[in-house]
Formats: sequence, structure tokens, C-alpha cells
Amino acid sequence: MGSVTTSHDMGLHEEQLAGRTQQMYFSATAEENFTYPWSYEVDYANSAEFDAADLSISEINLKIRELMKSGHGSITVLNPRAKHSLGVGILNRLNLTFEGSLGYFGCGLIDGPNVHITGRVGWSCAENMMAGTVVIEKNAGSLFGAAIRGGDLVCRGQAGARVGIDQKGGTIIVGDSVGAFTGFMMQRGRMIILGDAGDNLGDSMYDGTIYVAGKIASLGVDCVETELTDLDKKYLKGKLELYAMQAPNGIDSMVKLTSGKQLWNYDNLEPTEKKLVL
Amino acid sequence: MCGIAGLIWKGGVTSDIGSEMTQMLQALKHRGPDSTGFALYGKAEEGVLVLRFKVAEQEEMKTGFDIHRLVIERKAAVDTRLEEMGADVTAREDATEYAFRYHFKFGGDLKRLIDFIEDLDGVEILSVGTALELIKDLGDATVVANQYGLNGFVGTHAIGHTRMATESDVDIRSAHPYWAYPFNDVSVVHNGQLTNYWTMRRDLERRGHRFMSNCDSELIAVYIADRIDRGDELEGAMRRTIDVIDGVFTYLVATGNQLGMAKDVMGAKPMVLYESDEFVGLASEEVAIRSIFPREIDTWDPYQGEVKVWAA
Repeated sequence: MGSVTTSHDMGLHEEQLAGRTQQMYFSATAEENFTYPWSYEVDYANSAEFDAADLSISEINLKIRELMKSGHGSITVLNPRAKHSLGVGILNRLNLTFEGSLGYFGCGLIDGPNVHITGRVGWSCAENMMAGTVVIEKNAGSLFGAAIRGGDLVCRGQAGARVGIDQKGGTIIVGDSVGAFTGFMMQRGRMIILGDAGDNLGDSMYDGTIYVAGKIASLGVDCVETELTDLDKKYLKGKLELYAMQAPNGIDSMVKLTSGKQLWNYDNLEPTEKKLVL
Repeated sequence: MCGIAGLIWKGGVTSDIGSEMTQMLQALKHRGPDSTGFALYGKAEEGVLVLRFKVAEQEEMKTGFDIHRLVIERKAAVDTRLEEMGADVTAREDATEYAFRYHFKFGGDLKRLIDFIEDLDGVEILSVGTALELIKDLGDATVVANQYGLNGFVGTHAIGHTRMATESDVDIRSAHPYWAYPFNDVSVVHNGQLTNYWTMRRDLERRGHRFMSNCDSELIAVYIADRIDRGDELEGAMRRTIDVIDGVFTYLVATGNQLGMAKDVMGAKPMVLYESDEFVGLASEEVAIRSIFPREIDTWDPYQGEVKVWAA
């Protein structure tokens, strides 16, 4: 039997539970390379465009793959006409532009590309996005950025209900109002809302931060207002400048919301379990 | 899942709404392939009512042994009863072997006439109105539109539905839209599930309303009819449904000259809205609106708890 290398020997066990939290920390060093080994080598200067009006959903997504394969780093899709599931699963660096609107599940499961959509998007845009940027010029549907883990997701118009439900990282910016249950069960990451927020904002959020510039219809369970620090203001200024957006009454008047952590019961034993232990 | 769509041309403009609604519903086929229904609002002649009724289910026509004879008998019985009540039938059309479209003039109590006809075994009135024509059958939008010759139907507004049966059977009886019996020209399509259906149904039945199916969506039509009967405006009646009806829903309702939409407080079911100076289009998915407006348009999702009404 050969020697067994355990994960401890490889130094993979730097994470530790700190206090009353389940958040895991690990030190991802800057030198580490997180690109996929099979990703395509693309050149941003090498651009291509095609008309999607008469193509099916799979044909459009395959066409994008083919163009990346042949080294095109800037791709423009014309006439997407609100078809569903366009631009999904792109795990590559790429400048992708949609001249028009997307239907449901647009740009889901992406890791890396910079996407620009000149129209609007339907439900569940950029669901489970890992990295990159998605900028939408018009409105977004419900479940905008559901469960995103990283990257910047920007909508210049209004978004529907349940924006950033289950958000686990990254930044969601909405230029106008959002619907009910925004930030429902949010776990990490930041959300910037420059318009009004609907009922039950941040309901049952575990962690993460929501900044709101407009009126809030009502807060959800365990969502509390906290102090807007200088660090927050600096962050907001930087992020909004990046996308040429402005808080209607200035950054100073924005409201910061986080979890009250009253629903955190991870370390507590159930009454029956207590009996067993004691 | 179900797909719903609605359109209205403003300012009295008329268009080929039969083809437009067919295209919209065909684009939503993936949301429900079981049956398709149309509520089209045209213009009948002055004083003339349009009656749409069926005397058998499509499934029965395929499997029943005696059904072809029964269909003829039932139709003849309807004719007799119309004559008995003093209705003056001016035109008769066979939409299919088992579904018919009549034009008639009638000065008496319409509810009594409708009840008398529906008293016949196997006969169901789909709609009665001066503008409304309700067509529903199994199959996708193109199949139903071709079967009933809907292309070229000129009118001002329409609602439609592609059904994925979850709560009740796959038959014409359980297909949308629902006509708000016994009111002229009121119809409803719904996407969602209602959880206090039985409580509310029993309540409405005690007050004398009739339910033709076991489909929960019918409740919305009957409830709105009840409220209008008790003096509510359409918008007021719709606002009540937001508080009273429990469950998830986005529904569209149309009257002789109006189109309305309402969404539950959770915003659980989708609805995309396009509004211009001359036209309003609504659908579960934007692809349906794009099927009649391929150019770039600005659309948005109405929020939870919203009620909107437009006039033709």
C-alpha cells in the first residue's frame, strides 16, 4: 500500500468555525489560478455578430460556443426577441452583447463573461452566476439574480419580486424599485436598490447587506436597519460610479439593512437532544 | 403551469384579434399543451346575442358508440327549447360536429333561458353575449383556431389560455376561459392554484350560483359575476379578489369593453405587460407579445397585488 496523502497534509483545512456562525473561511491566495482548464483562448479585439431572429435557443447558445472556440472575444447577438435561456453556462472570459431583450433564465450559471443587454430580461436572470458582470439597460423580471455567488449584476430599470433570493455573494444593483420579498433568505453578498422596495424586504436573511435609497414598504422577519459607515459609503460610491449610476438623494441618505441574527439557532440543541446530552 | 395572454386595442380600433391571439397562445404552448381557449370580443349586430354552446366532449366523440345520434338529438332539443322560450334564432353555424354558434334575438329573462337550455343532459353553454365569443377545445392554439375558423375574427380585445391540467380533468368543461354565468360578455383566464376554492364555492353555491366544472379557476369568474351583480365596478370586484381569494394567481378578466389583470400579493405567477398609446398586450411570457410585435418594445412586470383595467 502506498502512502496516503490526507487533505490535512495538503493544507486544505484552514477553515474554522468562528463564533455563532456557519460561515466558512479559507484563504484563497492570489496566485491561485481559477480558470477552467478547458476554457477557450479568446481575443477581445476579435469581434463577431449574428442574427438570432430565426434560430432556436440551442442554436443560439451553440453559435456563441462556436464563435468562442474560433477565438472571438466580443460577440453581439441581434434580435434575441425575448427567447428563454440565452447565454447560459458560459465559463469563459468574453464580451457578450444582446441587442434586445431576453426571456426567462437568461445568462444563468455563468462564470466570467461581461454581458451587456440593451433590452429587458424576464424571470430568473443570471441565476447562480459565479463571476463576471451582467448589465441590463431596461427592466428585469422576478427572481433577479437568484442564488448568485459572485460578480456584479446590474439592472438600470425596475425589477420584480424576490430579487436576490438566496443570494450567496456578489453584488446586485437595481436602478429603480424592486418587488416583495427582495433579499429573501439572503446569505452573503450585497444588494443596492436605488428605488423603492416592496413588502417583506430581507425576510429571513441570514447574512449579507442590503442598501436602499427609496422607500421601504415593510421589513421582513429578522431584517434590521444598521448604521451606514464610512466604509459602506466608500463602497457604494465606488460601485455606483463604476456603472454611472446615482442614488436619487445622495449616498448619505441611503439605508443599510442586515440580519438581526435572531433566527440563528445553529448551536442550540432541540429540547429532546438536550435531554440526551445532560 | 398554464399560459395566459390578453390584448386590447384602445380607442375603438378593431383588428384581426383571432389571428393575433392564436399567435400569442401558440408561443405559450410549452406552458400548457392540454387545451387552448379563446375569449374573443367582436361586434354583433344591434340587438343580436351570440350563443356558443357544446353538446358533447371531444373525447366522447372518439369513444362513444351512440354519441353521433345523441349530438343530433341534443342540438334539436336546444332548438326546441329556444323556440319555446321565444328566442328568435337568426343564424346557425356548426363550428364542429359537437359545438355550435347561434345568433339570436331575445327580449325575456336571459338567465331563465340559459338555465332552461343547460337543464338538457350534456349541453353546456360556453358563452352568451353581444360581443363575447368563447371557444375552447383540446389541442394547441393553431389546432383549435383552425378547427373553429378563428383566423380573421375581427374585434377589439381578447383573452386566451393554454392549459396544463393540474387540478382537474383534461376536457372542454375544465378548459379556460370561464364565462361569468349568467352575465353577458364577462370572461376569465387564470394561472395558478386557489387554496380556499371549496369554502368559497360552497358559499357562492348557497347563494344560487352554478359551477359547471371542478376547476378552481371557475371560482374567479363566478365570484366576479357575483360582485358585479351586487353593484361593484369591475375594478372594485377585482380588488376584492386580492384580499378574499387565497392561493397563487395571476388572472385576466374581460368585459364587453374592458380588459383587466390582477396579481396575488406574493407575485408568485408571471405576467409581462406592454402598453403603447393604441395597444395593451399581456402574457405569461414576453415571447407571446413578441409573436405579434417582433420589433424592440419596452415591457415590464406588474408588481404583486396590482390590479389594472383598460378600456377598448
